[in-house]
Amino acid sequence: MSALVLRELRLAWTGGGALLPPLFFLLVATLFPFAVGPDAPLLARTGAGALWMAALLAALLPVDRLVEPDRAAGVLDQLAVRGIAEEQVALAKLAGHWVSFGPPLMLAALPATALLRLPAPTLARLELGLLAGTPGLAALTLIVAALTAGLRTTGALAGLLLLPLAVPILIFGAGLAAEGAPAAAARLLAAVSLLLVAIAPFAAGAAIRAGRS
Amino acid sequence: MSAAPLLRLEGVACRRGGRLLFEGLDLQLGRGETALVSGPNGAGKSSLIRLAAGLLEAAAGKVERPGPVALADEFLALDTKIRLAGALALWARLDGGEAGRGMAAMGLDGLADVPVRMLSTGQRKRAVLARLVASAAPLWLLDEPANGLDAEGQACLAKAAAAHLADGGAILVASHQPIGLEAGVELRLG
Repeated sequence: MSALVLRELRLAWTGGGALLPPLFFLLVATLFPFAVGPDAPLLARTGAGALWMAALLAALLPVDRLVEPDRAAGVLDQLAVRGIAEEQVALAKLAGHWVSFGPPLMLAALPATALLRLPAPTLARLELGLLAGTPGLAALTLIVAALTAGLRTTGALAGLLLLPLAVPILIFGAGLAAEGAPAAAARLLAAVSLLLVAIAPFAAGAAIRAGRS
Repeated sequence: MSAAPLLRLEGVACRRGGRLLFEGLDLQLGRGETALVSGPNGAGKSSLIRLAAGLLEAAAGKVERPGPVALADEFLALDTKIRLAGALALWARLDGGEAGRGMAAMGLDGLADVPVRMLSTGQRKRAVLARLVASAAPLWLLDEPANGLDAEGQACLAKAAAAHLADGGAILVASHQPIGLEAGVELRLG
């Protein structure tokens, strides 16, 4: 199991795939002021919401590389032949994916909030929200990656599948980042995230198994 | 030799895409035995191998595999960005085997530090077989193992297979070319 998680980390970083989400996140933070204008109070009010949208869209980027390459190369078959359950494979992928997705995004949030001139308390709430919400986003990415593995064009379909399911994370995440957010927002965000993490190994595992026949 | 078979198929039928490939297939493979599956393209040779590996559900009948299995098919299933020894070591760790043994058996020692993506077709095939040799699983499932292998590679395979059988292993091989093994059982599909 630990060997599989380490392999996921190696694949994420050697391929450079792990760099894409934080770079995309920063790019949105750079472009957003161009779109709405450099009005500081406006940016302070809307910036955190824009960053949450960026996090959501950044979660789409790894869909192509999480499951499909392993399916096409026969790695998933070789794991199954060894009696390793698809659920266990999915869990290892989830763990490895979150480590190369959540923390880099949280790190990228530091310069991103500076670019948008967000106040320090907003940054703290955004980081807390990302800590609680990125496991749920990683879980959704994995489920969608497993569902779309083997299809010829995944891009648009992945977006259509993932984004609606990510609505609760967006609502509670952006709600938490807003000024004077109730403490309950953090708990609801964590609850949604936990639920997705709990479902993901079974949903992705079943999808991998179904994709074999 | 021993009474307990390593693979037992009983009245197995295989249906792919609504088409019945074969049915009523019986096969028993004990220690030291080899079964050769032959037949024209599309007869279901690969499907039979995948059935035996547990990757496909039989449409009817029973498939029993009491012990671990090693599969060598058309897929490389090795990480292409890292060196060959590292890529094989990942699987050897999962199998509790020894990657070096497989590489030595398939004549890959000189390529240990070469990234997998640089390997030729025949070298990749050898790497797939090296994982099989290293796994120490008693039952080998081979799908066209000689495809892409040169004469030396085929000799390595024949030698490794003979050693595996002498060790009390069993081999189910689907191939339309001879791989230098005496097959105790011959199965013709289609």
